[in-house]
Amino acid sequence: MDISGPDLIKAAAFLGAGIAMGIGAIGPGVGEGFAAGKACEAIGKRPEEAGLLTRTMLVGQAVSESTGIYSLVVALLLLFVV
Amino acid sequence: MTFDVPTTIKLASYAGAGFCIGLGAIGAALGEGFTAGLANEGLSMKPERSGDILKNMLVGQAIAESAAIFALVIAILLLFMDMSSSGSILKAAALLGAGLSMGFGAIGSGIGSGFPGGEACLGIGRQPAVTGRLTTNMLIGSAVCQTPAIFAMVVALMLMFMEFGALPVWPTWAALLGAGISTGLAAIGSGAGGGLAAGASCSGIARNPDSVGQVTTTMLVGQAVSQTPSIFGLLVSFVLMFKAFPETTSLAPAMALLGAGISMGFGGIGPGIGNGLTAEGAVKWVARNMQAAGALTRTMLVGQAVSQSTAIYAMVVSLVLIFVV
Repeated sequence: MDISGPDLIKAAAFLGAGIAMGIGAIGPGVGEGFAAGKACEAIGKRPEEAGLLTRTMLVGQAVSESTGIYSLVVALLLLFVV
Repeated sequence: MTFDVPTTIKLASYAGAGFCIGLGAIGAALGEGFTAGLANEGLSMKPERSGDILKNMLVGQAIAESAAIFALVIAILLLFMDMSSSGSILKAAALLGAGLSMGFGAIGSGIGSGFPGGEACLGIGRQPAVTGRLTTNMLIGSAVCQTPAIFAMVVALMLMFMEFGALPVWPTWAALLGAGISTGLAAIGSGAGGGLAAGASCSGIARNPDSVGQVTTTMLVGQAVSQTPSIFGLLVSFVLMFKAFPETTSLAPAMALLGAGISMGFGGIGPGIGNGLTAEGAVKWVARNMQAAGALTRTMLVGQAVSQSTAIYAMVVSLVLIFVV
């Protein structure tokens, strides 16, 4: 099994892309879910404020998503650019 | 140090058995312990109901145990079924993948089934009159929680018994290993997340017995969305198992396939748990405020959709690794 330089680099890049997006998806998934759960609780307490609460939830989730986007960008870079 | 093929197959099969039961024992034990803890809390509220609470605890623990039993069955099969005569070294990759699939897959379902069991026991302590309904919801919720473990077992059995001999060893070995990892890991999040929703439904019913219908509906909708990451994992596993990959001796295509499995596998954990947290909050408050059920379900679905996004990124990266690169 003769693994040459460029082949090894590409192999590592692909594995890295998988690890980057895979493990990178854990945090935003849990965090955004927690935010949405608390938003649901808040709406249960004050249904008349649903609009404000939903907006705040979406803004908070967008910030939480940012690291997931970083992971996606790095994964795509590893796949296509490196 | 060169291994002949039968030795490598035995090696993989024993290692797979070890991973399978080692990982698989984690979840069920955690879930059952949680159930027992809350059962005691329920007993402390209403000691005269000890018969009902103990019965409920044991039933709930039995469901959580089923995930670990699946893992034990796969481990025993891997230990004692002699597959070393199958010929190709692909079998070794498949057996290791099978062990990882069932091992990881049992974690989430075990933990998840513990939540409704415990909350049902606590609910009996708070509101003995609804014991029957609490048990029903515990059973429904726990059953949905077990589905990711069943997906993992299906993939494990397919990897163990399907004939891969005709396919080229490189890069298919990585595809089979990736298939096991994908379903196995993705099942963790969905199992645990579904359990959070089911637990909230039991505690909600105990708090407000009139809300049974609404709570159960919201729980089932929330659990259904929570299960989707494990379905993505299953989908990627099937693609990896059934797609024919052209033979190549370079490492890059193999690592691409392994990376695809890792990406979807880990990528299913977070969104599964997150969707479960969302459903938990929604179900908890549907019980307290039934009029707001519509708004709560809408918000739950919106929140779950956003939380699902990283699972979709992970699936896109997986599919790109399989088909494009």
